[in-house]
Amino acid sequence: MNIQEYIDSGILELYVYGALTSTESEEVSKVLMQYPEVEQEVSEIEVALQNLASAAAPYNPEAMIAAIKSKLRTHQGVIQLKPSASQKRAKIISFISVAASLIFLVGIFVLLNRTNTLRQELKVAEAEKAIMETKIEDSENSLKQTKTILAVIRDPKVTKIPLAGQQVAPDAYVNVFWDKDQNKAYIDAMGLPEPPEGMVYQVWSLKLDPLTPTSMGLLDDFSANETKIFSLDNPNESQAFGITLEPAGGSESPTMDQLYTLGVVASA
Amino acid sequence: MQPDELILRLQQKDEKAFERLYSLYSQSIFGVINSVLHDTEASEEVLQDVFIKVWDNCASYSSKKGRFFTWLLNIARNAAIDKTRSKSFKNQKKNLTQEYFVDIIESKNSFSNKMDAIGISKYIKTLGDECKKVINLLFFKGYTQKEASEELNIPLGTIKTRNRLCISKLREILVE
Repeated sequence: MNIQEYIDSGILELYVYGALTSTESEEVSKVLMQYPEVEQEVSEIEVALQNLASAAAPYNPEAMIAAIKSKLRTHQGVIQLKPSASQKRAKIISFISVAASLIFLVGIFVLLNRTNTLRQELKVAEAEKAIMETKIEDSENSLKQTKTILAVIRDPKVTKIPLAGQQVAPDAYVNVFWDKDQNKAYIDAMGLPEPPEGMVYQVWSLKLDPLTPTSMGLLDDFSANETKIFSLDNPNESQAFGITLEPAGGSESPTMDQLYTLGVVASA
Repeated sequence: MQPDELILRLQQKDEKAFERLYSLYSQSIFGVINSVLHDTEASEEVLQDVFIKVWDNCASYSSKKGRFFTWLLNIARNAAIDKTRSKSFKNQKKNLTQEYFVDIIESKNSFSNKMDAIGISKYIKTLGDECKKVINLLFFKGYTQKEASEELNIPLGTIKTRNRLCISKLREILVE
């Protein structure tokens, strides 16, 4: 670049005036930093213009600095006291955004709370449902049992043998429903008292001549069985049935003085 | 050379630096404002506003963009022109278009300035009318080259060199 030509072009005067575009100004600034003679020229132009402008001043305003400095401080205070419209708007906007965030947070909290409550309610409902299902199952089982019992009682092939109370329990009674085809015997023990603790009723199939008892099994969980109907296998050629009270676990042979009920199968 | 160190300290909100820069630039800026307003009281008001703006906005100045004096000049010219548009000022002053800096300098009897009033007055007389007008528009009024060329009926291409000659004359006088 020919520096003298650049200087003579008159661009530097316009640069000091502020008459160039910002792009042009930035370019001149670069040249100025690179070439000391350009910087020198700009400084001289500046001094001349400052002197010219100073001549147009009514007086030297040096004394005014005190007033300006005091205004710098109060001016900063004034800004705080009287926010401009845009600052007010900014404040309102920031207030609105803070409020919106708070509402949002509260909303989330409420939703979370609600979700928790619903989750707990769901758990309770599931538990209740499980209980209900168990009850229904129980009822269905019980109904099934009852139906089985009814079917047994109504079945003409099933023989009903009433067992009468004996010496130890004169009021006791039991009915035996014997399905010979299926080798099953249903013991309706509603008429037996609750066995004492540690004792259990044992059912015997008897042959009468000579008297031969064969154990058919125990009336387990007597108190738990609400229908008091017990199903036992009976493959024997029974002529009579007897029920004795035995120690828990049952006995090899019946304890005859604890015979509660006894009944003979009617011969066909 | 421009006082880069002082400008940097001003940008760090150093009041001492602000005072020093004020004493360096306030009179010329006062002159620019007064050449627009032709009213001492109004110019005082605007001068104060300008230097308060300088304090508030000094962070926006960068030597990459231009001279500090130019930056001050822009703030001052804009503030002075704003003032001419204000209602109170309009009511007071009817017609400003005929006057410019030359009238002020020539009408002045004396001023407490390092500048020799007589020297300036003498110079102003030797400066041609065209130079006076060009400097008035480009420097004091902040016109662009295009605006000045339209206003003065001078071809756009010659504004720059014409102005250069005028400023050179001004500098010669000042050296004497």
